[in-house]
Amino acid sequence: MTSDTALTVPPARPRPPARSAGDRRRARAAYLFLAPFFVVFLAMLVIPLGYSGYLSLFRTRLIGGTSFVGAQNYLTALSDPEFLAGVGRMGLFLLVQVPVMLGGALFLALALDSGRARGAGVLRLLYFVPYAVPGVVATMMWGYLYGRDFGPLAQVFRAFGASAPDVLAPGTVLGSMMNIVTWEFVGYNMIIMYSALRTIPAELLEAASIDGAGLVRQAWSIKIPAIGPAIVLTVIFSIIGTFQLFNEPALLKGIAPTAISNGFTPNFYAYNLAFVNQDVNYAAAVAFLLGLVIAVISYLVQLRVNRGGTAN
Amino acid sequence: MSTLKTLRTRPGVPSATDPAARSRRSSPRSGHRLLSVLLWLVAAYFVLPLLWLLIAATKDNSDLFSTFGFSFGHHFALWDNLHDVFSAGDGIFLRWSVNTVLYAGTSAAGATLLATLAGYAFAKYRFAGDRLLFSISLGAVMIPLTALALPTYLLFNSLALTNTPWAVILPSLVSPFGVYLMRVYAADAIPDSLLEAARVDGAGEFRTFVQVSLRLLAPGMVTVFLFALVASWNNYFLPLIMLNTSSLYPLTVGLAQQQAASAAGGGSQALFSTVITGSAVSVVPLVVAFVVLQRFWQSGLSSGSVKE
Repeated sequence: MTSDTALTVPPARPRPPARSAGDRRRARAAYLFLAPFFVVFLAMLVIPLGYSGYLSLFRTRLIGGTSFVGAQNYLTALSDPEFLAGVGRMGLFLLVQVPVMLGGALFLALALDSGRARGAGVLRLLYFVPYAVPGVVATMMWGYLYGRDFGPLAQVFRAFGASAPDVLAPGTVLGSMMNIVTWEFVGYNMIIMYSALRTIPAELLEAASIDGAGLVRQAWSIKIPAIGPAIVLTVIFSIIGTFQLFNEPALLKGIAPTAISNGFTPNFYAYNLAFVNQDVNYAAAVAFLLGLVIAVISYLVQLRVNRGGTAN
Repeated sequence: MSTLKTLRTRPGVPSATDPAARSRRSSPRSGHRLLSVLLWLVAAYFVLPLLWLLIAATKDNSDLFSTFGFSFGHHFALWDNLHDVFSAGDGIFLRWSVNTVLYAGTSAAGATLLATLAGYAFAKYRFAGDRLLFSISLGAVMIPLTALALPTYLLFNSLALTNTPWAVILPSLVSPFGVYLMRVYAADAIPDSLLEAARVDGAGEFRTFVQVSLRLLAPGMVTVFLFALVASWNNYFLPLIMLNTSSLYPLTVGLAQQQAASAAGGGSQALFSTVITGSAVSVVPLVVAFVVLQRFWQSGLSSGSVKE
């Protein structure tokens, strides 16, 4: 499911040719070390996932009870305009917000790593602070900032006698949401990239510098390729995060009820199906399809990276 | 400045041929200052919303509506607001705070322990199926929340676990990213020679782990703990579906409910300042934790995020 380039680590040493008693004892210890994690993994991930797959093959009616319908729920979802619109919306999010967020994070990481900024330590922390703010609080806060009653944006426009643009209207709310997510996660991604940059050997950069490579050249030819795996990691996490957006639509719906439909994001849609419409079977199918979309896109990204050879 | 422009618009151009870049290297100050100004302007984007929240927390409801967002009100109402926050609903806010600390602390401690054991095993032992098991645990990152939360809710419901703290804690114990971080961290932090020496001395694998390895893994564990803490502290979706008694809510669900009430109810306008102050209060602990512990988590991440 995941690729080997970005996320896995090659074995630290080759497997010994013969298996001694010590090897067996060690392998037993390793399994015991792994056991607690995999017991919880099985109980909290594998079993629920299997149960969800099982549920998605049935339909429950008030009259007639539960019956096996095979792939019917999946076929319904594939022609469900509300689900497809949500996936499309997230596709747009992926094409617009993720490049802005990760490009910004990369620029900031390189700038801080260059050692040319005053107060770099403080800056790094300031960029990162939004990550520690709960998504719920961040969304509520931006909701107030966007709002017409006491939001500073509206206040500034009012001071000039103009009327503020409605950033919570049907046409603009997606952009407002992109801004919230960008605000929350630029710093987090920046820290991952920055941490990777710090491990590039100084001799490498010194050698490049002696050869006459300037900062930009160093960044493009040495630093960015060197942190390829970390960048791929942030891309994959961003894809997953985008398709799972829930807090933002759930909380903004309270202040922008007409702009945000029940299917605004696929995850919000699955929630509404399961807990508002009480249609557990269909919700399970929608959630499964969503997982498939995420896996396929993540896989394609890694495939492309492997072919381009950036990660290695 | 020319450096910045090149960096943003023409990243491929070698700056060795760029005279501005050369002069900048001989006198680093010039590029320095403009870059600093730009970076501090960017910082404003991240800080101003929080500054607004903190200032808004010092205003009473009428100042909130009548004064500019980034200036203080006529009346400094922070203490009154804090009093309102903690006394509303028989001190329900404090209850939510305690719940949050309890759920997030337990989840993060448990997740760190499981991830450390598993990451250590993946890094320092070779055994049949090691790569497969590792790939499986990482693949789990891609499963959408709802695909899991929904069946977990139904399963917990049949075990009478919904509407208990366990419903929030148990699913949060699995941290595949934590396993990944600990694997990379352990591979670096613990030299194989050290383990061999302990084995030659006759120490068992578990004694070696507890007495030798655990100490070396500590900075990595702080990192995993912090990120697991943030994940479960900030979780809204899981407690939202699992809990339906207000006294069991964590801060996220409680605040969201208060906000919905204040936005919906015209008569309960006083709630705005309470919700805003409550939000401001809820932000403080994690920010402080990250600032105080930054030395640990930054060193933990720098070996974790990077290596192939």
